[in-house]
Amino acid sequence: MANMHTNTAEVSLFTLFGAVLKRDLLLSFRNKSDLVNPLIFFVMVATLFPLGVSPQPNFLSEVAPGVVWVAALLATLLSLDSLFRSDYEDGTLEQVILSPQPLMVVCFAKVVGHWMTTGLPLTLLSPLIGLMLFLPAEGMFGLLSSLLIGTFTLSLVGAIGAGLTVGLKRGGVLISLVVLPLYIPVLIFGSGVVEAAAMGIPYDGFLAIMGAMLALGCVLAPVAISAAVKISVSG
Amino acid sequence: MAGTKWMPRWFYQLASPRWCYEFTGKLLPWCAAVAGILLVVGMVWALAFAPPDYQQGNSFRIMYIHVPSAILAQSCYMMMAIAGAIGLIWKMKVADMVAYSCAPIGASMAVIALVTGAIWGKPTWGSWWVWDARLTSMLILLFLYMGVMAMYAAMENEAMAAKAASVLALVGLVNIPIIKYSVDWWNTLHQPATFTLTEKPAMPAEMWLPLLVMVIGFYCFFAVSLMMRLRNEIIRRERRAGWVRDLIVAYPNTGKR
Repeated sequence: MANMHTNTAEVSLFTLFGAVLKRDLLLSFRNKSDLVNPLIFFVMVATLFPLGVSPQPNFLSEVAPGVVWVAALLATLLSLDSLFRSDYEDGTLEQVILSPQPLMVVCFAKVVGHWMTTGLPLTLLSPLIGLMLFLPAEGMFGLLSSLLIGTFTLSLVGAIGAGLTVGLKRGGVLISLVVLPLYIPVLIFGSGVVEAAAMGIPYDGFLAIMGAMLALGCVLAPVAISAAVKISVSG
Repeated sequence: MAGTKWMPRWFYQLASPRWCYEFTGKLLPWCAAVAGILLVVGMVWALAFAPPDYQQGNSFRIMYIHVPSAILAQSCYMMMAIAGAIGLIWKMKVADMVAYSCAPIGASMAVIALVTGAIWGKPTWGSWWVWDARLTSMLILLFLYMGVMAMYAAMENEAMAAKAASVLALVGLVNIPIIKYSVDWWNTLHQPATFTLTEKPAMPAEMWLPLLVMVIGFYCFFAVSLMMRLRNEIIRRERRAGWVRDLIVAYPNTGKR
């Protein structure tokens, strides 16, 4: 017991966070399809809207905020299943739970890694989609900032669903059912920011609300994610 | 032996499936009687005696179903999440069963609220569906119920399913105020201000008294259906326990218990 205690003291939480983050980033850069697939999906979904609805520039520029946001949300959703999957299958997750390090910090690091490999690239790619959908140039900064904050919240909330469904063989549809209703506030405020920015209205208030949601997510989501992971692994 | 003593023990004993089964068995007929009386009185009062609305005529009377079911859909989610939390924290089997039994009742209440809302909306707003803040948040509440129920259905291990669904219900509970707020905000941004009929005018007493009776009646009905589901669930999950076997063996002789 004393040995275990000194063991915990040796590794600071920041070292732990850094180590998990580095490992996850390395893994996803080694396996490039996980990195690229959500981005391709993002572009494809955004392409479907002009094809399915109307290619008229003034119509598209009106719906662009919503379309980009829905596409980003679905791309994030699609990438969630891989968040814990391989760690669950090769037993890493079990070892992490057994280790004396706090599971919450590990989960948070994994979510940060997930965001850096999906949310961040999606954000960087979004001006291209905005251009294709004739989003007014004034809206671009709103698009970038809302996606930067919002996709992190999406990763945090989605990780709860990923943790709950990781033990199931067919978790794919279930994770969407579970997570999508929880994504609605982020979608509303995210597309609201872009819309306001495109119209030239000040949007920093909405952005602040998104920041508040992110702060709440950072505090509460790791608790729920670690509980969810523990439930899935114990079963 | 039965809980004629005082509160702590009375509550503590509810954690035992057997005791809970017997207790709800005694409570059930009384609750059912009260629910029946309240619903019949409230319904007759609301449909036959309450005055018609000066604007909407008789079509407003669907409110006496719509409002109680909407209130109950929300309370039921609260109860499900709290029961789930009790199950997670104190590992009470009965609390897990209560949470499990709440989900379909709450979901059906949300469906009733949405359907009656659509029927009410047709003569009032001229369309079955309006993207009104209240309708939208009720729809999202229904989605949350669906997610919880899907979670229960997806996992074969019942203890694990109960934990997973409880975590999900609690996350949803934290989210409900945020969803409500964001939908309200979204609504004021997008909605033309023509649909203010959802803002209820101050009602005279002869209109809201039957509504109050209906709301209490719905709560009693909820208690009855919850207890019935819970008792079935107890019997199903405890089927290997001795007392359930005795009950099944004794059933033909003692009659319904």
